[in-house]
Amino acid sequence: MAPPDARLEEPHTTDAFVPDLYRVEAVRRELSDTVTLELAPISGTRPAYAPGQFNMLYAFGVGEIAISISGNHESGNRFIHTVRDVGAVSGAICRSAPGDVLGLRGPFGVGWPVAAAEGSDVMFVAGGLGLAPLRPAILEVLENRARYDRVAILFGTRNPADMLFRHQLESWRQRLDIEVEVTVDHADPDWHGHVGVVPGLIPHVMFDPAETVAFVCGPEVMMRFTATALTAAGVASERIHLSMERNMKCAIGICGHCQFGPDFVCKDGPVMRYDRIAEILALREI
Amino acid sequence: MHGLDVTLEEHPFFAGFSPDQNRIVSGCARNHKFDAGHYLFREGDPANEFFLIRHGRVALEIVSPGQAPVVIATLGKGEIVGASWLVPPYRWMFDARAVELTRAIGIDAACLRGKCDADAQLGYEMMKRFLPVLVKRLNATRLQLLDVYGKR
Ligand SMILES: Cc1cc2nc3c(=O)[nH]c(=O)nc-3n(C[C@H](O)[C@H](O)[C@H](O)COP(=O)(O)OP(=O)(O)OC[C@H]3O[C@@H](n4cnc5c(N)ncnc54)[C@H](O)[C@@H]3O)c2cc1C
Ligand code: FES
Repeated sequence: MAPPDARLEEPHTTDAFVPDLYRVEAVRRELSDTVTLELAPISGTRPAYAPGQFNMLYAFGVGEIAISISGNHESGNRFIHTVRDVGAVSGAICRSAPGDVLGLRGPFGVGWPVAAAEGSDVMFVAGGLGLAPLRPAILEVLENRARYDRVAILFGTRNPADMLFRHQLESWRQRLDIEVEVTVDHADPDWHGHVGVVPGLIPHVMFDPAETVAFVCGPEVMMRFTATALTAAGVASERIHLSMERNMKCAIGICGHCQFGPDFVCKDGPVMRYDRIAEILALREI
Repeated sequence: MHGLDVTLEEHPFFAGFSPDQNRIVSGCARNHKFDAGHYLFREGDPANEFFLIRHGRVALEIVSPGQAPVVIATLGKGEIVGASWLVPPYRWMFDARAVELTRAIGIDAACLRGKCDADAQLGYEMMKRFLPVLVKRLNATRLQLLDVYGKR
C-alpha cells in the first residue's frame, strides 16, 4: 500500500534485500543511551520518504534493525535517525563514528496521515523515544501551520534528565500557535512542570474531540492507555493513529516476522488506525 | 463578586449537582490562596480539609528519610487534591506543595462527612464523583510503576 504522503523515488538497488551504503556524517548524543545519526548515501541521492516511515539499518557483521526516520527535508541528502542502545545491533549503530559506513534499505511502510489531517485539530502524543518517529510529522505540520486548526504536542518521559530533543521542545513551546505540554513519571522538587503519565495531559488540551486527529507513538502500553484516554475524551477511534513496533526481517511483507493479526507492520504499518487494531492490541499473545 | 456556591457550581467536580446540594456543600467550603512553595498539607497531618484547584499547580511529594523528596504527581486547574479525608484514620499520606501561585476551594472534611451521613443522596453524589478520580489515579500509578520508558 502506498504511504499517504508518499514522495518515493526509485530505490538505488533493484533488489530490496541488498542494502545501499551510507556514510555516517555526524553523530549527536541525545541521552546517555541515545544518539542521532546523519547518514548520507555514498553514491547518488537518498530516496524521498514520508513522515513515519522507517529504514532497515545494517551494522555490518552484527545485524539489521528497523529504525524510524526522525528528521525532515531540511536534512538535505541525508537521513536522520535517532537510535537507542537496547541490544547488539542498536548498540553497534549507536557506537558508530563519523566516517563509518552502514547499510540501509528503505524507506518502508505507511507513515502518518499528515495531509489527510489538514483542516483538523492535531494532537501529537509521544512517550520517550516515540518522539523521534513523530518529529518529521510535527515538523511538516508546523511548516504548513495554516492548514491545521489547533495543534498540541504532549510528551511524556521518565524524568527531566531523560528528555529527548529538549531544545527543540523548548523552541516549540515558545511558539504562540501550538500548545506543548511535557510530563515526567517522577521528578525532584526543582522540576516545575507536570508529573504524571502522558494520557493525563489529554483533558488539559482537548478542545473539540470531533475535530481532533491524534498521532500517538511510544511504548505499546503507553499507546494503549493513551488511545483509551483519547476515546474517553470523545475522539473517534478512526481518528487515532498509532505507530506499531514488531521485530522485522524482510521489511517488505514477505517473511511474516512482523505479523500483527491480519496485517504486517512493515507494509500495512507501522502507522495504523486504532479502530483497525484496538482488539488485537488488547490480546496478550499477539 | 461570586459567592462560594457559584464558584463551586463552576468547578467541573460539581457539575450536575442540584442547587440545594451545592448550597449544602458550600456551607463547608472556604477559599484559599497558596503562594509558590507553600504547603497545602503535610504527610501525617489530620486530613480535615480537601481541595479543589481553581488555578495553579500542586505537587504531591513523598519524602524518604535522608533523601530528597520525590514528586509523584502534579495536579492542576479543575482537579481534586486529597482523598484521605474519606477513609479512617483521616491522615494525609503525602505532602502537597503549591508549585506556583494556587487558588483553591477547601472543603471542611468533618463538616462534609457529617452532611453526607445525614443525606445519603448527597453522599452518593460525592462518591460518584470521587470514585472515577481515584480509579483514574490508580491506573495512572500502575502505568508509572511499569516504567515504560526504561529498558525492557
Ligand atoms: C517500525 C519500527 C521503527 C523503529 N524505530 C526505532 C527508532 O527510531 N529508534 C530506535 O532506537 N528503535 C526503533 N525501533 C526498535 C528497534 O528496531 C528495536 O529496538 C530492535 O529490536 C533493537 O535491536 P537490538 O539487536 O539492538 O536489540 P534486541 O536484541 O532486539 O533487544 C535487546 C533487548 O532490548 C529490548 N528492547 C527491544 N526493543 C526495545 C525498545 N524499543 N525499547 C526498550 N527495549 C527494547 C528487548 O526486549 C531485549 O531485551 C523501531 C522498530 C520498528 C519495528
Ligand atoms: S518483516 Fe517480513 S513481513 Fe514484515
